[in-house]
Amino acid sequence: MRPFSYTNAKNKEQALQTFTKTSHYLGGGTNLVDLMKEDVERPDQLIEVANLEYKNITKNNEGGYTLGGMLSNSETANHPDIRKNYPLLSMAMLSAATAQIRNMATNAGNLLQRTRCPYFFETSMPCNKREPGSGCGAKDGMNALHAIFGYSDKCIATHPSDMCVALAAMNAKVEVQKTDGSSRTIDFTDFHRLPGNQPEKDNTLEPGELITVIHLDEPKFSDHYYYLKIRERSSYAFALVSVAAGLQIKRGVITKAGLAMGGVAHKPWKFTKVEKYLEGKKPNKVNFKAAAEMAMQDAKPFEGNKYKVEMGKKAIVRALTQAFEREA
Amino acid sequence: MDEMEKWKNGSDTDQLSKDEEKIFDEIGLNGTSRRKFLKQMSAASLSIWASSYLTSDLLASPARTLPDNPEILLNEVRVNLRVNDMVKQLALDSRTSLLDALRERLQLTGTKKGCDHGQCGACTVMVDGKRKLSCLTLAATCEDKEITTIEGLAENGNLHPMQEAFLKHDGFQCGYCTPGQICSSVALLEEAKNGEASYVTEDFKDVKTDLKLSEEEIRERMSGNICRCGAYNNIVQAFKEVHSGDDEMPTWEFATAKQMEKAKNS
Ligand SMILES: Cc1cc2nc3c(=O)[nH]c(=O)nc-3n(C[C@H](O)[C@H](O)[C@H](O)COP(=O)(O)OP(=O)(O)OC[C@H]3O[C@@H](n4cnc5c(N)ncnc54)[C@H](O)[C@@H]3O)c2cc1C
Ligand code: SF4
Ligand code: FES
Ligand code: FES
Repeated sequence: MRPFSYTNAKNKEQALQTFTKTSHYLGGGTNLVDLMKEDVERPDQLIEVANLEYKNITKNNEGGYTLGGMLSNSETANHPDIRKNYPLLSMAMLSAATAQIRNMATNAGNLLQRTRCPYFFETSMPCNKREPGSGCGAKDGMNALHAIFGYSDKCIATHPSDMCVALAAMNAKVEVQKTDGSSRTIDFTDFHRLPGNQPEKDNTLEPGELITVIHLDEPKFSDHYYYLKIRERSSYAFALVSVAAGLQIKRGVITKAGLAMGGVAHKPWKFTKVEKYLEGKKPNKVNFKAAAEMAMQDAKPFEGNKYKVEMGKKAIVRALTQAFEREA
Repeated sequence: MDEMEKWKNGSDTDQLSKDEEKIFDEIGLNGTSRRKFLKQMSAASLSIWASSYLTSDLLASPARTLPDNPEILLNEVRVNLRVNDMVKQLALDSRTSLLDALRERLQLTGTKKGCDHGQCGACTVMVDGKRKLSCLTLAATCEDKEITTIEGLAENGNLHPMQEAFLKHDGFQCGYCTPGQICSSVALLEEAKNGEASYVTEDFKDVKTDLKLSEEEIRERMSGNICRCGAYNNIVQAFKEVHSGDDEMPTWEFATAKQMEKAKNS
């Protein structure tokens, strides 16, 4: 690991003012410290923000709740208000990593975790995300774990977070503080970006912007929810494909649907068109199958990840079915 | 006495070598707790167990003569590390992980380094009561936090019930993952009391405390501790005994339900 200076920020102002272009904020360190050991990330300063005051869960004006960016993943997933109102989020978060890692990981850090593309981790291999212009090792290489939607010539990596797939299905908003002291709020669908010509950029944050809180809408999927995670072993592994499904059902008809997929694109892949399609329909196998076909029709897999298309369809049907059949 | 006679007379556990005696004295296992501990161990595992203390003792002793704080450090940070009721001020290179600080600077070598990348759980310790990975924790971030390692679990010479249960049920083979497994298990006892959910919990909305964890729940919640020797069944059994007083044999996935039933009743 390369040398860096360490600053334990006492407050938000200190964190923002100490930031330089070559600094990194430090949350739980579960991704950043790992990548520094691999020599993939090379900050010359770490500014610890995990102790800043954004560690609460409060009610907001939208009829929903606001999550502190520095609260741990496990405290968030197990908070009684979150389990009661947003069980889809709890379930997705608890499917990720392990108890130890969830105790360390912060909500802000989770949003900013980097891809698990093996080429990205291995500095002897080409990777445009790690070293712009060096080429993409995965495109013509080993690409079983890679994207089937929204990729570019430059990068075909996927976003690895489970929490983010649920947030995409639920319409969250991310609030950030800029270094000049102002703040802005970003719709979750605009938070992460597609690789395009700049795969080194995972999201739309400006340098130095600090994530403080995540706002959630009024809860809609507290009765019918399911997070299905398909992986190579039954626990402690990233998703090959995952589906966050939330349904609001009134008098036997779907009035609101939330549907997003993980492991298939550079950002959590939200099926906005399919959500609209499901609204007004009856929750049954025929409609769920039609939804799955519609969702996967634009998929363009590579040599190694053709399996994701069929797996994705089945996963959507299963997640929607489990969400529907859950006892309200 | 040859090996066979020793075994027949059952006298081997009374006859400790000088080195073994010394280890028991050093770790403060005396009188009844020593006898209780010995009864749970076979002679063979005793010498293996003791040899691990011998080697770490030998390796650690020259390190003890190192100065507490090196004279020159790059990006020096000063941290008060509170580990197992002891407080030590260390001057560290900012890059030092908690794991390396424990092992290399405090000679607490019970915590193990497996992968050093968050992928195995061997380095699990408790920080303010929560299980965490010491390999991905920078020591600089631990100022004034309460750190508990495997060395801090025994009290007044009595092993923690979880340590006893791991011995009783052979919750290990080589033992390398064991400190992490035990720290993780001890933290999990609390998580179950607090009613924390896991991915396999049926209903996330219904929040209850004092959970009695099923085998499936235990396996999911302990999945952050990988055992290369595959001692999982015995680990589950040890955990169950302390968690719920039930140490029924865990399900062996290669047997049918009927075969399992028969094995449990035999
Ligand atoms: C072995 C292993 C298995 C895992 N499995 C899964 C899994 O199955 N599913 C899953 O979803 N995740 C998984 N993870 C990833 C884990 O969830 C993330 O590493 C974690 O959420 C990151 O949070 P953190 O607080 O530790 O972030 P850090 O590592 O501290 O930071 C990550 C990034 O965010 C930046 N940052 C941190 N806080 C802020 C802030 N407030 N504002 C702006 N920038 C900030 C940092 O500078 C850094 O670039 C796994 C990790 C490991 C090591
Ligand atoms: S897919 Fe992206 S992250 Fe992976 S090698 Fe190609 S450029 Fe790098
Ligand atoms: S050594 Fe820390 S998880 Fe493997
Ligand atoms: S006992 Fe050998 S790794 Fe677990």
